Amino acid sequence: MATKLVSQQPSSEPPSGPAIAVRNLRVKYGEREILHGINFEIAAGETLVILGGSGSGKSTLLRTLVGLERPSGGEIWIRGQDFAAMSEDERDGLLKKMGMSFQGGALFGSMSVADNVALPLREHTELDESTIDIMVRLKLDQVGLSGFDNYMPAQLSGGMKKRAAIARALAMDPEILFFDEPSAGLDPIIAAGIDELILKLKKAFRITIVVVTHELASAFLIADRMILLDKGVIVANGTPRELQESKQPRVRQFMDRVPEAEISRELDYLQMLTGDIPPQRQ
Amino acid sequence: MALTDSIGSATITGLAYVGELARLTGGAARAVFIEPFHGHKLRLGRAVHQAMAVGVEAIPIVSLISFFVGMIFGLQSAYQLRKLGALQFVADAVAIAITRELGPLMTAIMVIGRSGSSFAAEIGTMKVNEEIDALETMALKPVHFLVAPKFLAMILMLPCLTTWADFMGVTGGALFGVSSAGFTWASYFNRTLDALVLRDVTTGLIKSVMFGVVITAVGCQEGFSTGLGSEQVGRSTTSAVVKSIFLVILVDLVFTALFYFTAPR
Repeated sequence: MATKLVSQQPSSEPPSGPAIAVRNLRVKYGEREILHGINFEIAAGETLVILGGSGSGKSTLLRTLVGLERPSGGEIWIRGQDFAAMSEDERDGLLKKMGMSFQGGALFGSMSVADNVALPLREHTELDESTIDIMVRLKLDQVGLSGFDNYMPAQLSGGMKKRAAIARALAMDPEILFFDEPSAGLDPIIAAGIDELILKLKKAFRITIVVVTHELASAFLIADRMILLDKGVIVANGTPRELQESKQPRVRQFMDRVPEAEISRELDYLQMLTGDIPPQRQ
Repeated sequence: MALTDSIGSATITGLAYVGELARLTGGAARAVFIEPFHGHKLRLGRAVHQAMAVGVEAIPIVSLISFFVGMIFGLQSAYQLRKLGALQFVADAVAIAITRELGPLMTAIMVIGRSGSSFAAEIGTMKVNEEIDALETMALKPVHFLVAPKFLAMILMLPCLTTWADFMGVTGGALFGVSSAGFTWASYFNRTLDALVLRDVTTGLIKSVMFGVVITAVGCQEGFSTGLGSEQVGRSTTSAVVKSIFLVILVDLVFTALFYFTAPR
């Protein structure tokens, strides 16, 4: 029962090339608008990193792209189809071609690793158990978790949980992969391992990858293109090099890790987070 | 002025909540009864697993509680009946009270404590861990996947548990009757069977199915509406138990009144 959303301008033809195209996207939580008209495209096979600080709206953007939040305005075109105007069956069909790896892994705690990875296959395909078993072992091998089939998620370390989550996201051989903070909470060595894995997936499968992160080192390693979100708007959109060399103050502040001016009043803090009024500056 | 405001808004909130429950129940019922004919089969394995947890594992505690309640009711009714020299009616009193009311109600309360809370805790924890979101991104509907098996298990298990509770309750009354009210085991059970009409048992079972629906709906709804953080899971669980008990008793009142006013004279 998805209803077609009315965008601010008359909607144009669906783009033929890009895997994902976002036009004038607006998202609200209740009365508060979090994203104020986002526009960007991701080409097929490209890896896009969405950077931003806390409160920038990057998690909201990711959640909207995978259908967990409804836009209040604008359009999302995925593989040439209008995401918001699809019927439920079409939406399900599209979701089966996308995979998402959540920040904490979001593995189902009551099932083993193998059952977690097998779940999409068991629910969406008519494959028999022995085939599913082979596919699960294949995916676990791809992420470096061979032999951990019968472990429960609670028995895994943080890095291993992420890998298992990636294996599950890969179960249906998706065309688009989404990562929410893949390095969050991991020590640098393990985080580097996850970056390696993402690069490996990029090279081997040429999938379109969208990563939300605030870890600059990882971002520069894996990105073909980056966008920087600040308070719900895109302030930069380009190759890693272009962002690195940008002279814009907000971009420089993010890249050079310059701390925010001291916010000492509660009202200023709230305004900074919601982006209603710029914070006081010296 | 403020009092009428709060009564008004509380009523609206309450009605909205019941609406949410109805929506959830409708979705679950659809998944159980209609979707299998449209090709989306219900994974019976999960339903069986739930039925084991909800029903089979509750048998010991339900047996004990119903047995004690039967004895308690025997004692309380005998307290009045002996003044009229009518102790032989203890068997009738216990039988009718247990099958029509106490059997279903006590069973429901035990199931709320065991399963209603665990539904809320399970789903609430999944919500906090983003597992519900993960299901949605995998094109699996949480209502089909999580709620429907619980719903099927409840509506099947609760009547079964209630029937067993009815038997245990009567047995508890029998123990009292045999020891202190001049019955023999045989005479007590015979009197019980004479006193009962099929309608007594069936009204109790219909109520138990309705209780099952309420318990599932409230437990799952509280789980789904859990806020972020483990403290919220505890809050949801408490809320599920309290709201379930209230709604079960409300539903009990509605159906008891219904059965009273539609009873053949």
